[in-house]
Amino acid sequence: MHPGLPVALVALGVAAFLPPLVQNTYVVSVAMQVEILMCLALGLNFVVGLCGMLDLGFAAFFAIGSYTTGLLSVDLHWPILATVPLAVVASLIGAVFIGTPTLRLRSDYLAVITLGFGEIIQNIVTNLNQTGGPEGISGIAPLSVAGLTITSTAGYFYVFLVLTAVFTWVSYRVRRSRLGRAWLAIREDEDTAQAMGIKVHNFKLYAYMAGSVYGSITGSLYGAAFIAIAPPSFGFNESLLVVMAVAMGGIGSIWGALLGAGVVIASPEIFRQFASARLLVFGVLLVLIMVLRPQGIWPETGLGLERRARSVARSVRGFARSSTHRSDEGAP
Amino acid sequence: MTWTVVIPDIVAGLFLGAFLALVAVGYSMVYGILRLINFAHGDFYMVAAFVSYTLLAAVTVGTKINWGNVVWVGIVTMIAGGVLAMSVERLVYRPMRRAAILSVMIAALGVSQVLENGVLNIPAWGSNYLPFPVTPPSTGFNVDGVHYTWTQVVIVAIAAVLIAAVWWIVNRTMLGTAMRAVAQDRAAATLMGINTDRIISLVFFIGGALAGAAAVTSSLYYGQINYLEGFSLGLQAFTAAVMGGIGNVAGAAVGGLLLGILESVGTGQFGAQWALLFAFGALVLTLWLRPTGLLGERVAQRV
Repeated sequence: MHPGLPVALVALGVAAFLPPLVQNTYVVSVAMQVEILMCLALGLNFVVGLCGMLDLGFAAFFAIGSYTTGLLSVDLHWPILATVPLAVVASLIGAVFIGTPTLRLRSDYLAVITLGFGEIIQNIVTNLNQTGGPEGISGIAPLSVAGLTITSTAGYFYVFLVLTAVFTWVSYRVRRSRLGRAWLAIREDEDTAQAMGIKVHNFKLYAYMAGSVYGSITGSLYGAAFIAIAPPSFGFNESLLVVMAVAMGGIGSIWGALLGAGVVIASPEIFRQFASARLLVFGVLLVLIMVLRPQGIWPETGLGLERRARSVARSVRGFARSSTHRSDEGAP
Repeated sequence: MTWTVVIPDIVAGLFLGAFLALVAVGYSMVYGILRLINFAHGDFYMVAAFVSYTLLAAVTVGTKINWGNVVWVGIVTMIAGGVLAMSVERLVYRPMRRAAILSVMIAALGVSQVLENGVLNIPAWGSNYLPFPVTPPSTGFNVDGVHYTWTQVVIVAIAAVLIAAVWWIVNRTMLGTAMRAVAQDRAAATLMGINTDRIISLVFFIGGALAGAAAVTSSLYYGQINYLEGFSLGLQAFTAAVMGGIGNVAGAAVGGLLLGILESVGTGQFGAQWALLFAFGALVLTLWLRPTGLLGERVAQRV
């Protein structure tokens, strides 16, 4: 059993009792926003954390998910769950669209291309009549699962709790899989990874795609939870929040992404007592955390690969020694 | 669409482009030397605009423009912008020299928050649009029925002179050689006896000073300032720098002018709401065709 598992289960158990314990819609809704950012941060963690590519337009996938669900729900009266696969497909197309040109680019330029992609998506949904223009879409149907229609804030708190737990588990499994190890190899040294036979371009594209799936599923459920969606929720600031969560928590670390999301959403709320200076305090905190702890609050731990590499090296040396002995014996 | 319709848009874009180019050069130099997207750079511009506002308001009687005052306020603002940028580098970026660049970027976002909300919380500045204390005279000349003022011409000339001066420093002086050396390989530059920290400080100073110059001239041109104007202008400037080929002065200048013109023409032809899409579309197209930007040197991928 993984040592993190009991901690994760305890955290999950405690979180499950939050709504009945606090009996406060404001606190529950802030907690839900934390969960939403956690889901997005886990998605961005594939791109930034594991594969090492800077993405400043992650909100675009969130927008694609939300708008696909919103439009299908309001115009065609599809049930929310039925819209999710389509939203995922739409965002995968987006991921390929943004991923393909960037593969040719110097990695330095990734930031601005992804930023541009985010702005373009927001610009399009703001200006098209079909997507409701600046007012966005309202009247999105609530989520119903197995005959149960979810309408309360607490209900969606649980929806996103489940989603966060599932995303965390999947992220954990993916990170240790062949795919995840390939991403880590690319992040650490692209050329060596290529030399080891990893198809760098393909795997980079997979990272975008994995991130976009997380982003769009979160977006679909976000639309159902908030009934209405509007372009300002999908702008550059949202993308920055997600990047902030990942970097603050510890780049590449799953627990870090979760923790970072908590800090990014909760601390401005806690600083409300400072009134108009609350974002000033938040900014100072952000700078302090990054200067004093640039690796993030909860940095990633390795996969134990170094230990494994050492043991392989030992056995290779052992083998080499024994084969030298044999040739010695064979000598006249 | 005929050319005569587009020309006023192009000229208007030239003014926006001049401000963008000034900010973009600083952005690009900092990026070139530290590989850091300095999100706070646009806010250096914004703070400088507020500094020049306060200085000008203190020395101006009525709204009559006194060019002598404008000139010295401009110089003081440039120094203030430079010192601000240098202090941020000293206090935040220098202690993070060994950290992952993404962490430094997040710190830059934090600095940007601090500067914006700092200005917001200063009673004399605050969140409203403040009218700039002086209004430049509208005397000028007409071309094809469109009026241009002498002030506009002077603004573009100032931008051109400053950028040319920086280009000369970077490409033709010992100091510039040191800067390029640090940008290329910091460790090797240190071994050659270059004080890299001082060079990096200097680059921040130059960038901040150019942002200060952009702040004074654009505030004169648009006539109002706001605490949120820096961040989006900074992003546009960064886009411009990438479009021109990041890390070199001429590229940033060309990118700035081009982006300014594209946005202005886009606004004129398709309406303001599509201008951003037009500009970013052009960026994607540029990078698709020339992955290193318009004037970017052909850098081989790291081996």
